[in-house]
Amino acid sequence: MKNRLKVLRAERDWTQADLAERLDVSRQTINAIEKGKFDPSLPLAFKASRLFGLTIEEIFQDE
Amino acid sequence: MEGFIDMGDSQELSRRQRNQLNHRRLAGYTLVWLVSLALVYFGHRYLWDGAALLTSAMVGINIIAGIAMMMANKKLLAGLDELEQKVQLEAMALALGAGLVGGFAYSALSQTGILPFHAEISHLAVFIALTYLVAMVKGVKKYQ
Repeated sequence: MKNRLKVLRAERDWTQADLAERLDVSRQTINAIEKGKFDPSLPLAFKASRLFGLTIEEIFQDE
Repeated sequence: MEGFIDMGDSQELSRRQRNQLNHRRLAGYTLVWLVSLALVYFGHRYLWDGAALLTSAMVGINIIAGIAMMMANKKLLAGLDELEQKVQLEAMALALGAGLVGGFAYSALSQTGILPFHAEISHLAVFIALTYLVAMVKGVKKYQ
């Protein structure tokens, strides 16, 4: 699954650690999601959606 | 059990603090469990001169400490994020499978007299622990 987390994070000048803290996950998890190695659960996707003020589809795209 | 080992809610803590607390709790109960297990053997032989009642009581304490350790591990796992839980699950599945297959194979070799030494349960525990460690390292690298 592709996602725009890295772009959205960069727009806000957040580090992976900053985003991890806001989503209450580890930095390694953010890194794995950004690299497409791990797909987040629906609750985590909703959390990211609320954090960025976007819909889930605007952040995550099915390949 | 939750009350006994004081596993109060730690929602106010940050993720890092919560994990540190859970790790310390698990380490503490693991130490208590190991010491109580050592006391079963040491006490039986050197402290209470083989009194069955005292040894049985010590085994009971050891089992209670073991249950507390398991609950602390459960609490630790519940506090991890979803990727960490996935890595743990894969490592534990591999360790369990390897322990089961390896354990029965080891037992068969021992029972048939092919092993040149006496099979010990501790060998299996070390094998499971090493399998778990290797699987954890591989799991962490896989998602890096």
